[in-house]
Amino acid sequence: MMPETENDIAPAPTDGEVLSPAGQEEPVVEITGVSKSFGEHPVLKNIALQVRKGENLVVLGKSGSGKSVLIKCMVGLETPDEGEIRVFGKNIVDLSYRELNEVRVRVGFLFQSGALYDSMTVRENLSFPLKMHHKSMPYEERDRRIHEMLDNVGLHDAVDQMPSELSGGQQKRIGLARTLILRPELMLYDEPTTGLDTGTSHEISELILKMQRKYKISSILITHDMACAKMTADRIVMLKQGEIVAEGSYEELEKSKDEWIHSFFI
Amino acid sequence: MLTPTPYLKKTFYQTGDQIAFAARFFREVFRPPYQWREIIFQCYLVGYKSLLLIGITGFIMGLVLTIQTRPSMAAFGAESLIPGMVSVSVIREIGPVITALICSGNIGSRMGAELGSMRVTEQIDAMEVSAVNPYHFLVVKRVLATTLMIPLLVVFADSVGLFGSYVAMNIHSRSTLYHFFSQAMGKIDFGDIFPAFVKTFFFGFAIGIIGCFKGYHVSGGTESVGKAANSAVVSASLAVFVIDMLAVQITDLFNR
Ligand SMILES: Nc1ncnc2c1ncn2[C@@H]1O[C@H](COP(=O)(O)OP(=O)(O)OP(=O)(O)O)[C@@H](O)[C@H]1O
Ligand SMILES: [Mg+2]
Repeated sequence: MMPETENDIAPAPTDGEVLSPAGQEEPVVEITGVSKSFGEHPVLKNIALQVRKGENLVVLGKSGSGKSVLIKCMVGLETPDEGEIRVFGKNIVDLSYRELNEVRVRVGFLFQSGALYDSMTVRENLSFPLKMHHKSMPYEERDRRIHEMLDNVGLHDAVDQMPSELSGGQQKRIGLARTLILRPELMLYDEPTTGLDTGTSHEISELILKMQRKYKISSILITHDMACAKMTADRIVMLKQGEIVAEGSYEELEKSKDEWIHSFFI
Repeated sequence: MLTPTPYLKKTFYQTGDQIAFAARFFREVFRPPYQWREIIFQCYLVGYKSLLLIGITGFIMGLVLTIQTRPSMAAFGAESLIPGMVSVSVIREIGPVITALICSGNIGSRMGAELGSMRVTEQIDAMEVSAVNPYHFLVVKRVLATTLMIPLLVVFADSVGLFGSYVAMNIHSRSTLYHFFSQAMGKIDFGDIFPAFVKTFFFGFAIGIIGCFKGYHVSGGTESVGKAANSAVVSASLAVFVIDMLAVQITDLFNR
């Protein structure tokens, strides 16, 4: 177990007990009846799902099925037209900006594109959230955390490089380090392995799993990469044109007779 | 088919959004944290990047203006009035407007493109979800920098412009710099300098807020970043003329 400091926003449970994936804890995320359309074009239709504490939920769906819009709704980047999104028990839709930010600090979001700040070095990218949220944190502690995170993602040498000098996979890893540095309790991953070769995808999936266990994070992972889903999923929901059409473990869904579901597992 | 109605509607909506965006600045500017270092760095970028261009343009304006007025003044034997005339037009009008136009092109477009590319690569969203207010972090410092630096750049442009005028005077006659400036400043009073100086703050604010607005509200792909930069320049230049016109009317009311 790594040392916890008093500056932690969310000290992870330190008892070392592995949380049961399908345990009885209160849900971290609870979505009911969420619909969203852009103009005439419906993107999400009456979505309902739950994520329990410590669970890793994978959302599978083809491109354009509304996966990114769904997780953007969970952090208030998009507003649903209807429905309730409870994160840590608070309905994101009716929060004030300040209250929303209190929730956002506890949630990490990995963007599909990595979204590193391209005018800052890797070190500055990582220290930015710390500077913004832990102003009193001493310099040494900040530096220690940055190096701990770079060790986690295995990119120690990149610390003084600019994001544009990194490969796509490296950028994703730095993006992951940047989101994890605030020790979120809930992680939302938007296609962490898309556009990477199989080897690198595998490394990223392992990294996600490792971080998950190390910091006891609940997470929602969006993907259409089946290898990644197989490795990381406790439970899978499948999204088809904005509707949830199937739910279950990897093994259960793999056996499905439905042609559309089966097409993912080929 | 381009009908005027949707176009007009869009323009009205945009203007409304722009005003709301500007109003937000006043709510956020006094709110901590104050990023002094970031603000100073932005001031440096705004000032330093335009200094040379503004210097050259200012010099040429003073020079050309003097050379061109000389024949008609000489016809009346009133060459000694040239420095006064030039200094009034440079300080009241040409210095501020030329500086603001150059900065619209130079700084407005850069801010539009910078924030626009941050928007399309989801960097602004990333800031938002990490519970940092991107408006406060990105827009406030930029607008403060233009509002504070453009008046300084105008003072610089005016001085260089007058120096240009002095050089032009010396083509035909010898006069000392001291003599020139005492002739030039003799015609200038507080009523010329004060309104001219005040309006430059408005120019600076308009350039910063319009550049940031265009970039902040980019939607779509990379080509929209280019469009944002372009429309930042167009709108900021237009805003400069509109503010100038209003400033003239207001000054005129007081001078009556
Ligand atoms: N800001 C927006 N304005 C209009 N339409 C949008 C917007 N964002 C998303 N959409 C539409 O919503 C639909 C779902 O988009 P979304 O980005 O969620 O897809 P996705 O499932 O994440 O796909 P991918 O796997 O390609 O990332 C798309 O058809 C897209 O056209
Ligand atoms: Mg997506």
